[in-house]
Amino acid sequence: MRRDEGILGRLWIWAVWALVGFFILNLLAMIASVVVNSFGTRWFNTWLPPGYTIRWYAQAWDEFQLPDILLVTFQVVGAVVIVSGLIGVPAAYAMARRDFPGKRAVMLLFLLPMLVPPITYGIPLATVLYQAGLAGTIWGVILANLVPTIPFVILIMIPFVEQIDPRVEAAARVFGAGLRQLFVRVLVPLLAPGILAALLLVLVRTIAMFELTFLTAGPTSQTLVVALYYAVFAAGVRPGQSIDAMAVVYMLTTLAWLLLALRFVNPAQIVTRAKT
Amino acid sequence: MNTVPLSVRLAQRGLDSVTLLVLPAVLCVIGLFVYPFLYGLVLSFAPKTGGILANYRKFFADPFLYDTIGTTLLIAVPATLLNTVVSIPVALRVRLMAKPRLLTTILVIPITLGTVLVAEGLLNYLGPRGWLNRALLEFGLSDHPVRLVHNYWGVFLSLVITGFPFTFLLTQSYVTGIDPSLEQAGAMLGARAPARFRRILLPLLIPGLTVTLCLSFVQAFSVFPSAVLLGAPAGPTRVISIAAYQAAFEQYDYSMASAIAMIMAAVQVLIVVALLAARGLVYRGPAGGGKG
Repeated sequence: MRRDEGILGRLWIWAVWALVGFFILNLLAMIASVVVNSFGTRWFNTWLPPGYTIRWYAQAWDEFQLPDILLVTFQVVGAVVIVSGLIGVPAAYAMARRDFPGKRAVMLLFLLPMLVPPITYGIPLATVLYQAGLAGTIWGVILANLVPTIPFVILIMIPFVEQIDPRVEAAARVFGAGLRQLFVRVLVPLLAPGILAALLLVLVRTIAMFELTFLTAGPTSQTLVVALYYAVFAAGVRPGQSIDAMAVVYMLTTLAWLLLALRFVNPAQIVTRAKT
Repeated sequence: MNTVPLSVRLAQRGLDSVTLLVLPAVLCVIGLFVYPFLYGLVLSFAPKTGGILANYRKFFADPFLYDTIGTTLLIAVPATLLNTVVSIPVALRVRLMAKPRLLTTILVIPITLGTVLVAEGLLNYLGPRGWLNRALLEFGLSDHPVRLVHNYWGVFLSLVITGFPFTFLLTQSYVTGIDPSLEQAGAMLGARAPARFRRILLPLLIPGLTVTLCLSFVQAFSVFPSAVLLGAPAGPTRVISIAAYQAAFEQYDYSMASAIAMIMAAVQVLIVVALLAARGLVYRGPAGGGKG
């Protein structure tokens, strides 16, 4: 079918691939320039730094208080993953299995936080959290991050629940399983691949969630990405290499989990979510 | 006994203990999303000084504030259009690949890393001593370093780096939803590639492309970290989210900040509604293409 393309057609195909190649080249060069700079002794008018060192990592580790920031990041991310799983998975089960009045409205309610950009609802949300005395604490950061992640878990999990044969659940009910036993003994084992995929994606998204954390975090509840923002914002105070060392630490934390997540999900799911 | 117990009648309408499992999630979204939004809306009509509409009047009277709408549109609209237009031919090509997984994995990286890291990376890469300017000088394409950071182009390019993969993956999901036999039928009837695109693929893609345009625009319009770090936040890239942030966290005027956030949401809704209405003018038919 595609053999009818002449010289112009082939030129067009070549141009499309050249464009993709150019984009990827720039993307990789951008990432490489951060990594190279973080290892360079000093780097001015040359293609590559004249010497390499790891002292910027030691400096970043102390100056940016990376141990504290990493601890906060993992506490926030861990709490968000657990809570959004505990709330999202049962809700997805109910949405997949029951037809109740107002279901379409509830679905819209879950879609909205994923469509409205975080900076738009983050400012009113931060205002409410400040009045409740929660903003500036780690609890405020966790609550704010739940807004996009709970609907995300629900939308990913609905198709996974629909794949399960309802007769399996009926059989469990016949043998006297209550709702709790049904979940622990039947549904969670069957849904494990879906839950794993959804929670890994929540994890990656929460590590990288800048806006909501930025608007609600105080000095002691900053996550890695917010600390990186402040470091870049105040560039000049500290050497650029140690900021890049921190950026590399951030990249490694994010990409390690991304690679793990990609073993279970299609890359496109990160953007398009599951079909609803 | 004619009366059916209430629990059975409710269960017949789909309300039983399983349905209740949705409640915690609904309460969370209402408490953390709907309520703050409504609270912000009410708060925006209760300014520190002046009447009900004082915040909105102030916004539209002060060019330093209302210009941010134009500034943001000037960055967001071209970036969105470029990303979407380029993503169509690329998605159509990638559709024919045997194993597109490596490519999609690479493209997911900038989305995952987020705008803050992309801003720091581009500051290095596009800076006056970065690799891009070095290459331009080396190949004689320019005789002086091109200024690409701390101005409009820095923000624009960051929106391309994070935005293009996003639009591409969305477009790709719509392209793969089109039944290939439709295009084969067109080819058998003698339609060449451009005609097949114009007459078969494009009409089927229009609904998906409208959604892609809406989502990408909304994302680009709320650009924040890269406008501060890569742009000139005092001037040419003073976008509307910077104005909202400054009102909230520099002047501590939460009422004004809420008003700006509501104006931001209103502009986004207006553009999305306009796009959906325009689609209705161009195309009428089923909303999903092919098997989607």
